[in-house]
Amino acid sequence: MLGLEKLFGGDDTNALKMDEPHPESLLDTGAQDVIGKPLDRIDGPLKVAGRATYAAEYDLDNVAYGFLVGSTVGKGKVVDLHAEIAKAVPGVIDVITDYKTFLRNPGQGGETKSPTQGVESVDYWGEPVAIVVGESYEAARDGAYRLQQAIDFETKEGRYNLDAYRDEAKTPPPGVIPPDYKQGDVEKALAEAAVTLDATYDTPSQNSAAMELHASIASWDEDGRLTIHGAYQMPSSDRQQLADALGLSKDKVRIIARYVGGGFGSKLGIAPESVAAAVAAKTLGRPVKAVMARQQVFDATVRRSDTEQRVRLGADADGRITAIAHETLGSNLPGEGFFEPTGASTHFVYPGENRLITHRVVELDRLLSGSMRAPGEAVGMLATESAMDELADKIGMDPIELRRRNEPEQDPQKQVPFSTRQVVPALDKGAELFGWDKRKGVAEDRRGEWFHGLGVATAARSNVLQPSAAKVTIDGQGRAIVETDMTDIGTGTYTILAQITAEILGLPIEVVTVHLGDTDAPPGAGSGGSWGAGSSGSSVYLACEALRKQVADKMGVAAETMTMKDGRVIADNRSVPLAELVGDGMSATGEIKPGKQEKETTQASYGAHFVEVAVNAVTGEVRVVRMLGVFAGGRILNEKTARSQCIGGMVFGIGGALTEEIVHDPRNGRVANRDLAEYHVPANADVPQIEVHFLPERDVHANPIHAKGLGELGISGAGAAIANAIHNAVGVRVRSFPITLDKLLDGLPPV
Amino acid sequence: MHFTINGQHHEVEADIRTSLLDLAREHLGLTGSKKGCDHGQCGACTMLVNGRRINSCLTLAVMHQDDEIVTIEGLGQPDKLHPLQAAFVSHDGYQCGYCTPGQICSAVGMLDEAKKGWPSHVSADLTDAPLDDHEISERMSGNICRCAAYPNIVDAIAEVAGLSDEQRQPEREVAA
Repeated sequence: MLGLEKLFGGDDTNALKMDEPHPESLLDTGAQDVIGKPLDRIDGPLKVAGRATYAAEYDLDNVAYGFLVGSTVGKGKVVDLHAEIAKAVPGVIDVITDYKTFLRNPGQGGETKSPTQGVESVDYWGEPVAIVVGESYEAARDGAYRLQQAIDFETKEGRYNLDAYRDEAKTPPPGVIPPDYKQGDVEKALAEAAVTLDATYDTPSQNSAAMELHASIASWDEDGRLTIHGAYQMPSSDRQQLADALGLSKDKVRIIARYVGGGFGSKLGIAPESVAAAVAAKTLGRPVKAVMARQQVFDATVRRSDTEQRVRLGADADGRITAIAHETLGSNLPGEGFFEPTGASTHFVYPGENRLITHRVVELDRLLSGSMRAPGEAVGMLATESAMDELADKIGMDPIELRRRNEPEQDPQKQVPFSTRQVVPALDKGAELFGWDKRKGVAEDRRGEWFHGLGVATAARSNVLQPSAAKVTIDGQGRAIVETDMTDIGTGTYTILAQITAEILGLPIEVVTVHLGDTDAPPGAGSGGSWGAGSSGSSVYLACEALRKQVADKMGVAAETMTMKDGRVIADNRSVPLAELVGDGMSATGEIKPGKQEKETTQASYGAHFVEVAVNAVTGEVRVVRMLGVFAGGRILNEKTARSQCIGGMVFGIGGALTEEIVHDPRNGRVANRDLAEYHVPANADVPQIEVHFLPERDVHANPIHAKGLGELGISGAGAAIANAIHNAVGVRVRSFPITLDKLLDGLPPV
Repeated sequence: MHFTINGQHHEVEADIRTSLLDLAREHLGLTGSKKGCDHGQCGACTMLVNGRRINSCLTLAVMHQDDEIVTIEGLGQPDKLHPLQAAFVSHDGYQCGYCTPGQICSAVGMLDEAKKGWPSHVSADLTDAPLDDHEISERMSGNICRCAAYPNIVDAIAEVAGLSDEQRQPEREVAA
């Protein structure tokens, strides 16, 4: 999916394709003892001092300010732009549009072709049709607001309501999973099952709402090369999207994204402001900075699709699942291939010989849907893990016991082994740490005005390895420099790459420098799909492995007999400073690629969520009181940043369960709640002190560092544990997310 | 107009439409204060004006004649961090770092408010509202962190406030 057609090759490249397990790891034999340690982020001091430079913060000479103008109809066509209205505003330089080139919608992650272009015809409310450029931000904004009110649109009839067009749903092309999977005979198995469940759940559109607004500063040099200082998760493919959109070769585009203020999927592909800024900068012959307003981020970046999910489960009297059906519906713009892979984890989490997993898409004239944190699992497991709780209730069985009885020995569809899988150990450890044995019956734990309840859910998120390259240099002073266009979007990449380098090359972490987010460096995997640490970390591992061999050659010993620690190389009864062996310096490039291992094993990170909620007996208000996640995701590279990633995912789970919902205006598809006062992401007071516990694990099938993804594991299942806890607290089962208090009021126990 | 930012006197000509945030970011090279919503909803732009925390996106620069303004750059430098900045690093009170300057400025202002005895929405007693985890969470809820470092932010602030474990988690009705 990444389409890195040619990685940085060469004689000094140490390449590895994961066709075989990789049981040995230099991270287990390193002597520096920094891997896994809860070290502070190496980029921390810059961030807390306000000195880390995000996209819009580069000080370029003679920069002009661009402000996007969005459509005010849901479907139609621009008839007359009335550019003169904006041009009359003092300080406005020009109104620029290029109907053919401007992006209709953002790009999807990993795509190397341009997203859909063309903005003369309007396909959703807020589609950016022009950019007003001014000498100041205030002038550009003023011009853009005036222009937006003045544009003449021809309005066409649009499709804005999923329910109204459900009968016209289409089967999408294959994505990260196939749209359909069938095994055995689900209908027959359900008819014969001792216990069945048939429930339909729905989830609304959501927004990633990363704190940093999408922003690009576009500048062209004399040779026609474009540099974009931007906010991107995947610079190497984003660069190709930009080049394709602008009709350039990719060598003519450079992306710089050293610090990225969160992504959560919304910055996987390029967004409309990038091409608009590039076209404007070219036209004006000076750099243009375009920052989307928060409302425009809601209008015209990317949403998570709304879903409707029918889940049917059949089990025997002992709770053993015989049939699973997960039939899902989502929505997207016409002609876009992406579908929310809602059934992603349904393929492998539970057994059952009879299986049906389907995805249909209703084409609607609303903004693009695409990947948001844990596409598939985040919403799919709200349904399936709620359904497991409902099934346990029907059987009268503890929900942990139900899951224990449905622990598959191998992948139930592919019939291949799991590379690792610790669902049951996570449930057991969590039950012990959380005090699950103190859980009471439904609505039996009332304390004053509040009902308390406990809930549990399984966590699972597929593991992916992406092609990734990195160059590591040891300079003449024995210091290491890591270079890749990989990004750190808050994930801790800077720090873990430094730890891997320090461990293998035996260096104090203080002498390792990491340069990220510049496409002039070797192409990295980018940040998305929880693959960053495993993929990019492995490329750094391979570069360091090659450097160890070079150092061993200089020392005249075999690499395996050599210990590197604290900047010294120890072998053959000698201890030599590294700086003395490297001359003017040496470098190597490491390159990892996925191989047969991803087919021969099913790879995922697993865990268990435990939640205590309090539900107000009178108002139905829900408070999350305690939350515990027990996770196994291979080797933990940095216990501190890993814990933070998991907490972040779990809090996304709180949002998905209780507060987050894009409301589309049924008349025009417009996002009605297009800011952070109306779209409710969890605030500090919504979040309790959260516990995270890691189970020791190594995954030798995943990659040479034996680490798997964590960034999305924390959200996968978290919201269902909250829904299940609410049911335990007050006996109300809400299948329409988010669970707002109005959905609880009618069902609350009598006061 | 003139005012003081981070102890430095500035004389500027400002567009009457320019927010204090945009003045700092676009005209004075002080990009530590962040723009996350431009509507006073996220808190990423929090600065200290005459000692009080405000959303600098919601106030026009021209309203600050003679004011004393402190931004994140004025609290400490990477090699000489303010105690709250250092605590955010050691407790991992951030991830992407974008809301962080606002969180830290807000925490400085909040601790001062608490010291003066100002109550909050969750204070049981309006005249005696000692800080604890609930108070910190409530008082810091004007600063959104989408990475959701909230538990670590509370840890960092509680440490700088010198709270013991008992002080942080006093007996309360659970879902306050």
